[in-house]
Amino acid sequence: MIRTREAAPAASTAQPHRRRRHRRIGTYTFIVLMAILWIFPLVWTIYASLRTNQDTTLHGYFSLPTELTLDNYVDAWNGAEIPRAYLNTLVITIPSVIVALLVASMVAFALTRFRWRFNIPLLMIFVAGNLLPQQVFIVPLYRIFLWSGFAVPAPLSDSGLLYNQLFGIILINVVFQMGFCIFVLSNYMKTLPKELVEAAQVDGAGVFRIWAGVIMPLCRPALAAMATLEFTFIYNDFFWALFLMKDGDRRPITSFLQNLNGMYYSDYSLLAAGAFLAVIPTLIVFFLLQRFFVSGLTLGSVKG
Amino acid sequence: MADREMNDAAPAQLALASTAGAAVDPDVPSRRRFSLPLRRAPRRRRFSLLTRRDKLVLALMVGIPLVFDLVFIWLPCIATIGLSFTDWTGIGPLTGDNFVGLEQYEKVWAYPFFEPALIHNAVWLAWLACIATPLGILLAVILDGNLRGSRVYQSIFYLPVVLSLAVIGLIWQLLYAPDVGNGFINSFLDALGQLPISLPLPDMSHTDWLGDGNINLFACLVAASWRHVGYICILYLAGLKSFDPQLREAAAIDGATSRQTFFHVVFPVMRPINLVIVVITAIEALRAFDIVYIVNRGRNGLELLSALITNTALSESTRVGFGSAIAVVLLLISIVPIVTFLVWQTREDLE
Repeated sequence: MIRTREAAPAASTAQPHRRRRHRRIGTYTFIVLMAILWIFPLVWTIYASLRTNQDTTLHGYFSLPTELTLDNYVDAWNGAEIPRAYLNTLVITIPSVIVALLVASMVAFALTRFRWRFNIPLLMIFVAGNLLPQQVFIVPLYRIFLWSGFAVPAPLSDSGLLYNQLFGIILINVVFQMGFCIFVLSNYMKTLPKELVEAAQVDGAGVFRIWAGVIMPLCRPALAAMATLEFTFIYNDFFWALFLMKDGDRRPITSFLQNLNGMYYSDYSLLAAGAFLAVIPTLIVFFLLQRFFVSGLTLGSVKG
Repeated sequence: MADREMNDAAPAQLALASTAGAAVDPDVPSRRRFSLPLRRAPRRRRFSLLTRRDKLVLALMVGIPLVFDLVFIWLPCIATIGLSFTDWTGIGPLTGDNFVGLEQYEKVWAYPFFEPALIHNAVWLAWLACIATPLGILLAVILDGNLRGSRVYQSIFYLPVVLSLAVIGLIWQLLYAPDVGNGFINSFLDALGQLPISLPLPDMSHTDWLGDGNINLFACLVAASWRHVGYICILYLAGLKSFDPQLREAAAIDGATSRQTFFHVVFPVMRPINLVIVVITAIEALRAFDIVYIVNRGRNGLELLSALITNTALSESTRVGFGSAIAVVLLLISIVPIVTFLVWQTREDLE
């Protein structure tokens, strides 16, 4: 590909040739500088988290290290109940992603593979719900979560309420993220040929079997991408657990950062270690599943 | 490249899985293959293939999620509007006596933090739209060229997109820490000042980046852009990769410079993705919350509509009616990009 690009100016004079080379150097300089700028905040966080207290009180953070240590990670891990926050995150994120995708794929299937009058309005209701800023409806939602009328049974809630429960957070994550998943999956399903469903129907398969046996397997690439993306969205959610969860020890790691910020606001090394701990799972997902993450975003092409 | 493989995987599987489908171009709507009088026939037949049980299953598949969507998103949305006409404090029952008409809106209008919040949201939007989004597009265009190590740069620019905005707020707090020696930026500025050559720069090494109400909004915007630029870059690069290279070659043969090619050929053809990006940018600006909340809960120069709502009407705060009135303002503004997006999206559907 580089060949073809450079073949064209060969016909012209040497002057633009040189200008082109200059511009190429300029482009590389720019992109390298930007890349350094972009990676720097994370590098600085990691660096700050590895410094020792005596080192930084003596020389400040802007200095070469006399020694590097993982002690801050040990302290953050032990002192700030981070393991519990991780566990909360796990309990919230995994079921939320699975349920959101299952439900969304059913809705998308029903709305795209069969024509009925309310297809488009229904799709709009689901998608618009996900595009709203969460703060628009948090005030009544907070009251709904405090409403005792649902009488949520025991294993899901220890108070009968949705408020301050892991189940409540799972529920709102599923409901809120569903809209986005429906949008992406329905766009994806529209590209599947209609004849697939018809053929299965002629063979006598019920719609549930068509969904499970024909559509879901074909949507595997989209589902993999969405699972990766939704994992990071739900993992990164800060808002729901902050306001719909009272007890700090029930909060997932992202919302728990608010507690961490209050506890360690003067100890930058501990703060950095805590922040980096909170980032590790998403970084792992990013480096292992980057193409799924990127294609998830691309498939959706919208995520507010 | 990888995401292109992903997208290709679907048609490949299709070809294997379907006998009829393989020969049919999925992009061509099936009804176009029938002559006019037959148009409605296949549609009706499709319905007759559904048994009563099928219809029930389909209704449940859509109905149950719809109920949840209505109860936990749209009902609260409407309730927000209702509550904005009351002086309810959240304590005790809500009765007819709580109805106060438009009083809360008058109070919101007179609230000293309302106008700053509106302005800050507008600045947020302007910054994202005029600085962060174009930068993301520029990076995408550069990365789309034949750059050595493009994958590595992509990973670097995409990296902040997987981070939560809350963690981004924390990370930038470390960089912005006001005291020289702790915060990177001030230490760096201080080090610049101590160079043997004097720079024609004022000494800014004691700036309280997040504490000074005049500049902390921009400090937060830099942090927000760290993520937003990568996000736009991902979307735009995907669009550019699907761009027909022949168009670009044709422009090159006609003697267009690469800049002319971009503005007169590539950019117009990318219209769908441009629209998506405009909508995303607007929605992101209205949703801005996490970073300012981590920094100082949205006070002292960082007032945003979203933060005013939570600060006045949630947790220990009891101005439910007042906060709801602000939420209605945010809702009304949000409707613009949301409706734009939906209308444009369904128009695509009908094509």
